[in-house]
Amino acid sequence: MNFSNVSTICPYCGCGCGMILQTIDQEIINTLPSKSNPINEGKLCIKGWNVHDFVVSSQRATQPLIRKDGDLKEVSWNEVLEYVAKELMRIKDQYGPDSIAFMSSAKCTNEENFLFQKLARAVVGTNNVDHCARL
Amino acid sequence: MSEKIAKHVSELLKQGKIEAFIGLKEQQGSKHIIPHIYTDGDNLDGFYTGFNEGADAKRYPLVKTLFHISKRYPEARLGILARGCDERGLKELYKWNQLNTEQVVTVGLACSKELAEFCECYKPYPDEFVEGEKVPGVDSERVKKVSALEEPERLKFWLDKFSRCIKCYGCRNICPMCFCKECSLEEMEFIETGKIPPENPIFHLTRAVHMAGRCIDCGLCEEACPVDIPLRILYKKVNNIIMDHYSYRPGFGEEKSPLNILGSRPDENNS
Ligand code: SF4
Ligand code: SF4
Ligand code: SF4
Repeated sequence: MNFSNVSTICPYCGCGCGMILQTIDQEIINTLPSKSNPINEGKLCIKGWNVHDFVVSSQRATQPLIRKDGDLKEVSWNEVLEYVAKELMRIKDQYGPDSIAFMSSAKCTNEENFLFQKLARAVVGTNNVDHCARL
Repeated sequence: MSEKIAKHVSELLKQGKIEAFIGLKEQQGSKHIIPHIYTDGDNLDGFYTGFNEGADAKRYPLVKTLFHISKRYPEARLGILARGCDERGLKELYKWNQLNTEQVVTVGLACSKELAEFCECYKPYPDEFVEGEKVPGVDSERVKKVSALEEPERLKFWLDKFSRCIKCYGCRNICPMCFCKECSLEEMEFIETGKIPPENPIFHLTRAVHMAGRCIDCGLCEEACPVDIPLRILYKKVNNIIMDHYSYRPGFGEEKSPLNILGSRPDENNS
């Protein structure tokens, strides 16, 4: 029997609620809100409460996918990055920079978000930058 | 002062009377208090001892944790830190054939007067305890106050409170007595799933009816509610109704709930 309680921070939004993931034999089976964490004081939202379910969900994408002839196909990271870069350039040239939006994440580091908006503003030339917490 | 419990747990583990003990731990550095499973009697590092400090004792659904482990390891003998409410939870789970008495060794803890008053708890101690002192049970003033409201005001009181619900399901998720595989709160026929706010008061009444004769009044639901809905008043109230009509209090005695309609097989009876 290998049961453990792992203290961590909710991966969803920028609030950073404290949570405890309970595992049996390396499998995450339950989520509990941390009571001593001053941010959430023993409470969570519905997303936080269900963290343990999505980690092991069979619906998670584990590889980049591109839709080819109507079907999603698994492709390599190299292929997908090249495809995205080419398409972004094409759309920008054809419709202008403001036809593109950059969706960042409240759970990225400040530095990552800084780089992301820099890419949007300096490379692509748009102020269309937003993040997941507003979706 | 909680050295007594730590010593007792250490002995139980060393003597092989239990394989694991479900308690609390104070994490080094962060000082966060989290549930913890101790398996080595010589290593109780961080064993949390502040059980009775203040009314905001860090209480977790330890019984539910034990329940999860026992589902995976039905043979394992498990020790558990048990306050009055934890013990009530265990007893009720035995009665509902969800746990086997043979599997569980409780290490009792009597609650402080302060906590008993905060909980308005009618039995703030388990039958046997290693630590703490017996303080008298407390009647619920909150229930009396809300029950005394004139009907229109009472309706307004509850609809007002329920209207704040964000349907996080925290009250159900944390509840040691919520063990159903399929929950009515996720059934399209009762509750429109995927829609917020939930229908008022259907969502709360559905849960209240299901807790009648089952809720052991631990109060973990109310503590988990992000919008401070006084859930404990609601469930204390439904239990009072069960008490008045059927003389049944969940978590007490050997007798099963009057709502045990189907009965069970002889091999399932372990209380
Ligand atoms: S409900 Fe009773 S037994 Fe449980 S923590 Fe509160 S006072 Fe203690
Ligand atoms: S008080 Fe709340 S969490 Fe505890 S048994 Fe009753 S309904 Fe469940
Ligand atoms: S914990 Fe509170 S907000 Fe969440 S579903 Fe229950 S009553 Fe609603």
